[in-house]
Amino acid sequence: MTDATAPAAPARGSLKAADERTRKRNAAEKRFRLYGLTAVGIGLILLVTLLSAIVSNGVGAFQQTFISVNVFLDPERLDKQGNRDPADLRKVSTFGYTPLIQNAMLATVADAGVQTPLTKGTDMRPMFSAGAAAQVRNFVLENPDRIGDTVAFRILAASRVDGYLKGRVQREDVARDKNIDAEHLDLTDALVEAGVVEKTFNLAFITGSDASESRAEQAGIGVAMIGSFFMMLVVLGLSLPIGVAASIYLEEFAPKNRFTDLIEVNISNLAAVPSIVFGILGLAVFIQFAHLPQSAPLVGGLVLTLMTLPTIIISTRASLKAVPPSIRDAALGVGASKMQTVFHHVLPLAMPGILTGTIIGLAQALGETAPLLLIGMVGFIASNYPDGLASGFLDPNSAMPAQIYEWAKRADPAYYERAWGGIIILLVFLLTMNFIAILLRRRFERRW
Amino acid sequence: MYDLPQTDSHVIHEDLKVRARDVQVYYGATHAIKDVSVDIADKTVTAFIGPSGCGKSTFLRCINRMNDTIDVARIEGDILLDGEDIYDPAVDPVQLRARVGMVFQKPNPFPKSIYDNVAYGPKIHGMAKTKSDLDDIVERALRRGAIWEEVKDRLLEPGTGLSGGQQQRLCIARAVATEPEVLLMDEPCSALDPIATAQVEELIDELRQNYSVVIVTHSMQQAARVSQKTAFFHLGNLVEYGDTGQIFTNPQDPRTESYITGRIG
Repeated sequence: MTDATAPAAPARGSLKAADERTRKRNAAEKRFRLYGLTAVGIGLILLVTLLSAIVSNGVGAFQQTFISVNVFLDPERLDKQGNRDPADLRKVSTFGYTPLIQNAMLATVADAGVQTPLTKGTDMRPMFSAGAAAQVRNFVLENPDRIGDTVAFRILAASRVDGYLKGRVQREDVARDKNIDAEHLDLTDALVEAGVVEKTFNLAFITGSDASESRAEQAGIGVAMIGSFFMMLVVLGLSLPIGVAASIYLEEFAPKNRFTDLIEVNISNLAAVPSIVFGILGLAVFIQFAHLPQSAPLVGGLVLTLMTLPTIIISTRASLKAVPPSIRDAALGVGASKMQTVFHHVLPLAMPGILTGTIIGLAQALGETAPLLLIGMVGFIASNYPDGLASGFLDPNSAMPAQIYEWAKRADPAYYERAWGGIIILLVFLLTMNFIAILLRRRFERRW
Repeated sequence: MYDLPQTDSHVIHEDLKVRARDVQVYYGATHAIKDVSVDIADKTVTAFIGPSGCGKSTFLRCINRMNDTIDVARIEGDILLDGEDIYDPAVDPVQLRARVGMVFQKPNPFPKSIYDNVAYGPKIHGMAKTKSDLDDIVERALRRGAIWEEVKDRLLEPGTGLSGGQQQRLCIARAVATEPEVLLMDEPCSALDPIATAQVEELIDELRQNYSVVIVTHSMQQAARVSQKTAFFHLGNLVEYGDTGQIFTNPQDPRTESYITGRIG
């Protein structure tokens, strides 16, 4: 006790005046808060920019321009034999219907009292979609008795006309565009005035199927949505039970040795493997070796299952680990078996974490494009809806992100708008899934 | 000084419930319990005392094989319950734990209702045929846990909503609901205030009528108050074992004396 000489007491100032060190510390804290706020601000600005870009570019896809015309179903052209035999009616292709629609357009223009230099039938062709002839033909095949009548149709306007009304096609561009002339735009303006041409909500974009390069106005994401849905069924049905069973075994039952360590390291590594690697694995194993059908949602689902499993296993194990050991002790202490302990006490407590992990894994899988490229789930799928569960899983289909990628590749700027529109729909799905995750979390969360 | 239950010393029965012989416990390379041999009598409270890390909890957890859940733990020697070796390969630890109940240091009710907490053990052991049987078992257990009066009107509320002392008595009720023969208590009062501690101690004294109770405690006063037999552990060895009165008044080993007088520990 003798060698400890008390240091001279430092001169202390008033508490009200901050000393040098305190000032420095306070300044450092203030700076740090500022950095944090800046980071959050940058994030918010980027988010707002992204969202506004998506909405402003994509909202057009949800509206479409239609033309109301009265088409005379000329028996001379549609049914030369006059016997309404469906087989004969079928022989008339959409080319046979185009002149009818052109004539109907001419009549409509005349009825509206619009003066235009476009007086020939073929002059009207750039105004309406190629899909219009198919629409009228389908109507005739379903209602052969209406041949000879004049029927009111709402036909799709051509994508240039639609683009003109949405501001995508400008008058100065038209000079270089061989698909449409300035006169057509004048006519469009006049017909809008007359109420014949109008832009309305486009349900077909959400429910319809893809269309060919030249019919952008007809394309919809509905079939791809069904493809995605069937894929998600496969992913959920396989990855949830496999992932949860694997994690419970690894976490609660497996001995801790080199082998389980190796498995653990591998699962962590798999989570970081680029998704395209899973795609090429799926191509080699499921398609070339197992001969499963190409482009099928079943195969897409299998590949995405491989990709989602590590995510689910890691999050499930984390939430199992987070259950306090005292709960396990309590259950074992009253004589519950290991499995009763896990299923009666540990699993219910880990449930919110497991569900959140699963839904995040699913959302990731829903937005995944790269592996689908390799198994052929990207491409032109203009077929109609699958007509049952089996064909839903096995028929060629696309998926929403693959469809968006496909549209973004196409030359017609009308598809650009649809790609953005597809992104809006995809985001709505992802937000819904995240919202469900939050709801489930709230619902199952229990304190201990 | 220690409020000794001198009058109780003649109550000690000689019929043995648990017999441990040369028990060794290793945690990996650590030799945690060395050559412990102890006889635990039926219908008696046996206290294990000793400084932190002396192995008393470890030894306690050997008696219902809770150490099995620790991968690195290895146990040698014999522990007999009613003459049967509980470490025999044919013994199912699940069955054993139904006969040797345990109460833990920290109250750990399940995040379920009070009723379900108590009913869980009887349910998984198939002790009740009907709902009313189960109701009776739950009521009996809660009464024995001296908590019935406080919770009878809110059996369906979560057990985690009770106070610490109530939670611990709920855990005791949960442990006695499966009708064990031995009740192990690992520092049951260390997380409780003095009033709750007094309630639990009173309860332990009542439980002695039916069970063999083994209690690990850090409080020598508590050991003196509730137990008839006391074992003193030090550095993994059982230093001294005998009647509580004798251990606290006339210890044979200098280490015991040092510990109870507060010189080591």
